[in-house]
Amino acid sequence: MSAAPGLATPAPVFRAAGLTKVYRMGEVEVHALRGVDLELYAGEFVVLLGPSGSGKSTLLNILGGLDAPTAGVVECRGHPLTGAGDEALTQFRREHVGFVFQFYNLIPSLTARENVALVTEIAQQPMDPADALGLVGLRERMDHFPAQLSGGEQQRVAIARAIAKRPDVLLCDEPTGALDSPTGILVLQALERINRETGALTVVITHNEVIARMADRVIRLKDGRIAGVERNAARVDPRELRW
Amino acid sequence: MTALHRKLWRDLKQLRGQVIAISLVMVGGIGTMVMAQTNYAALAGTRALYYAEHRFAEVFARVKRAPLPLVESVRTIPGVREAEPRVMGFVTLEIAGYEEPVTGQMVSLPRPGDPGLNRVFLRAGRLPAADDEAVLGELFAEAHGLRPGDPVTAIMNGRRQRLTVSGIGLSPEFIYQIRPGDVFPDFERFGVLWMPYEPLAMAFDMDGAFNDLSLTLTREAREQDVVDALDLLLRPYGGAGAHGRDLQLSHRFLDEELGQLQIMTRLFSAIFLGVTAFLLNVVIGRLISTQREQIAVLKAYGYSRFEVSLHYAQLALLMVLVGVPAGLALGAWLGRGMADIYMDFYRFPYLAWSVEPFVVALAFAFALAAAAIGTAGGLARVFRLPPAEAMRPEAPPVYRRSLAERAGLAALLDPAARMILRNLGRRPLRTLMSVLGIGLGTGILVLSRFQGGAIEQMVDVQFGFAQRDDFAVTFTEPASARAAQELAALPGVRAVEPFRSAAVRLRHGHREYRTALQGLPDDADLKRVLDAELRPAPLPEDGLLLTDYLADMLRVRPGDRIDVEFLEGHRRTLSVPVAGTVHEYLGVGAYARREVVNRLLGEGAALSGAWLALEGGARAGVIRELRARPRVAAVTDRAATVQSFRDTMAESILTFTLIATLMAASIAVGVVYNDSRITLAERGRELASLRVLGYTRGEVRALLVGELFTLAFLALVPGFLLGVGMVYLLIEGFASDLYRIPLAVEPSGFAIAGLVVLAATALSGALVRRRLDALDLVAVLKLKE
Repeated sequence: MSAAPGLATPAPVFRAAGLTKVYRMGEVEVHALRGVDLELYAGEFVVLLGPSGSGKSTLLNILGGLDAPTAGVVECRGHPLTGAGDEALTQFRREHVGFVFQFYNLIPSLTARENVALVTEIAQQPMDPADALGLVGLRERMDHFPAQLSGGEQQRVAIARAIAKRPDVLLCDEPTGALDSPTGILVLQALERINRETGALTVVITHNEVIARMADRVIRLKDGRIAGVERNAARVDPRELRW
Repeated sequence: MTALHRKLWRDLKQLRGQVIAISLVMVGGIGTMVMAQTNYAALAGTRALYYAEHRFAEVFARVKRAPLPLVESVRTIPGVREAEPRVMGFVTLEIAGYEEPVTGQMVSLPRPGDPGLNRVFLRAGRLPAADDEAVLGELFAEAHGLRPGDPVTAIMNGRRQRLTVSGIGLSPEFIYQIRPGDVFPDFERFGVLWMPYEPLAMAFDMDGAFNDLSLTLTREAREQDVVDALDLLLRPYGGAGAHGRDLQLSHRFLDEELGQLQIMTRLFSAIFLGVTAFLLNVVIGRLISTQREQIAVLKAYGYSRFEVSLHYAQLALLMVLVGVPAGLALGAWLGRGMADIYMDFYRFPYLAWSVEPFVVALAFAFALAAAAIGTAGGLARVFRLPPAEAMRPEAPPVYRRSLAERAGLAALLDPAARMILRNLGRRPLRTLMSVLGIGLGTGILVLSRFQGGAIEQMVDVQFGFAQRDDFAVTFTEPASARAAQELAALPGVRAVEPFRSAAVRLRHGHREYRTALQGLPDDADLKRVLDAELRPAPLPEDGLLLTDYLADMLRVRPGDRIDVEFLEGHRRTLSVPVAGTVHEYLGVGAYARREVVNRLLGEGAALSGAWLALEGGARAGVIRELRARPRVAAVTDRAATVQSFRDTMAESILTFTLIATLMAASIAVGVVYNDSRITLAERGRELASLRVLGYTRGEVRALLVGELFTLAFLALVPGFLLGVGMVYLLIEGFASDLYRIPLAVEPSGFAIAGLVVLAATALSGALVRRRLDALDLVAVLKLKE
């Protein structure tokens, strides 16, 4: 992929080349990625667009150090992730990456604040969990358990949990997938605000075309390959999105 | 508290039912182990202390009569540190208000200048200050309510003598008080009395002589060398063979008891270790499956594999932390109670009972081992689980047609039965382990019911079938046939069967054993020997019959010859053929026709005593008559002895049965309850779907309860087999020349074990019923898998 044209080329946060991933699921072999090359830059808001099974989540997991590619290389700020040991990857995730999942994946036995504390306790320069929850507008409900929160609220707790460590990278897998559109927009607003205020590279996976309009860059995936890259002239405010 | 610790705490609360079930099993196991271990330590430790403080001798010898100056020669035997001569003898006692025959063992106290071995511990009163005073053994004194100052009459060597109790005492020599030759202690009919040397020497015609010798050895002495030298020295004086502590009666019984405690500790510890590990395995395994995504999230956020694994390990550790102190407390409480029961049989001046740091460490090690074994697999899965993989849903479980269906029984099974069988078949290992766990509970129940029945059988066979006399009378000296005729002439005596009994040493190769050779009448009816099938066996024309256990000990088979060394009379050693073996549960011995024994001894038709059968109502009169006869050394009342033994055993059997039943029930409930909770957790969605499809609560309940009962029924037969196996292990471990417990499990034992297990299953079903009925149909279906 080419860097932003007309600008002095900054060093990419992520550089991936020739990524391939094959995994077994039960008795089925899944070819999730079939050779992906990619560069992602600091401060960018990137939307990875594609139908289910196109390899979006696999790509995100590999970028986040959750998974290793079958072939190809990935590096983050010049440090190779491929071939790194579990300890190095754990350290990488602990210090640099924030994850937001489609199904929130909160720990049901912990309150909102405690779910965030789970991360701030092991981070180096974390925010106060209450402040992180304030950023997503949940300061008042932070002592509630996940079961006492709506889906949108749970997802915002998950976002607070992801950003509380002040990550360099925020990786979001279908963050609005399980939400109705007004709630989804609230969540996207929170993501947009954090990207703007913290400057964290934000990658959002979705199969919802509308969300692509709020991105700096849109990368389309199909059948494990990059099908196209678009750059939006201007980011649309999430409040203007409708689906 | 960190957020992860909070999660741990709340997971624990969520799992509390199962955690309690596991903890109960762990508490039961540790309790039993601690109980047995503390008792072992208490008995062994107290004994060692008691031996040291009261100078228990190391080598013992009996002689017929040896002059006191011979002791000087004994002291010059290399390895001998101290030697103490005593006079010891058996007498008939008369206690005011007690009509039964009582045997007293008279033991002389040290003379001035003697080293003072086997020292008497005075519980009350003082040592004798006059020749007609005696110290009475505590158990005997308790049985008759005798106190210092009370009178006791002894018939010593035919002379009636009135004694006054000066004190109540104990001795390391008689921790276990049993009449030599008896198998059961009888504190009413046997007592030990200590008196000064002079009056005993006069009474037993031992003035200036001794008939019993106790030695201590120097540190570097070899016991066998001393025994051999002593035997050589004492031979001309009628030495009956010296021996070390290993053949001292009280020491011997205590050793057996300690050995049994160790076997019990090992057996029960192993069972609980296994069951606890299994339960932890199931519960932690299930928890890990349900929390796959949480594990993934923790890893995604940068918690290392170790941190996440440790988090789940802590859950097991917490159960250990709860279970161990509770188990220690239970074990200490049970141990204290058991120790008191032991004190009914084994009498020490004090009991050095404590829970040693070693036992605490052992309990923790035991629990940690169970936790480690049980959770290792699950923790390894947590450790290995790749974070990305964990975010994907688990592959759907693979179901198959069950074995019963494949066998063509499908038509017989309704859909519910099919679901139950397929579900059990889907996790064969877990099903197997559940069956094994419940089976172990069943087995322990069988084991717990076994002891009472086995002892009944021992008593029935030994005292109902083999030995059928009313009284056994022994004479002070071998007597002629006239003595038997005199007994037969007593009013109320229906039959008399005289016997000849001699102390012998049997030797085959380098193995030897000291016992009694009993010469029985040809047509013995009051004392019969039994073959392996417990049928009365005829006495051979020539040669000996040996107890089968003794034959094994000596490695002799029928047809072999053994050396018989008589320890009395002319002290001859003869080579005699072994004609066969006999089966008995109590003690071991050698049997032959009376004429054969007389011939081997090189004597005429001498008798050692006789068995009597009485007519109804003649008992008291016969006792009076026997008491008046100076040549009657002792009278044993079979029925009374058995009754007293039953009374004493009743309490300990009851305690044992109660403890074992509680343990077994805790295992059964623990396993079944956990199974039901896991099933509910894994299949709640499926069960809720059935409810949505129109199944009633009762039908859904039947599905779950049906699964539990299927497991319980599957476990019954293996459980019975395990029980018999455990009984077998136990009796093999307990078998000794003192007694062998028969493998006798009554059908009622199986029935009760089965019923308790099924009741535990029903209880578990009832415990999960509330949860089952409360299944939120809509919420369950909305939940993503």
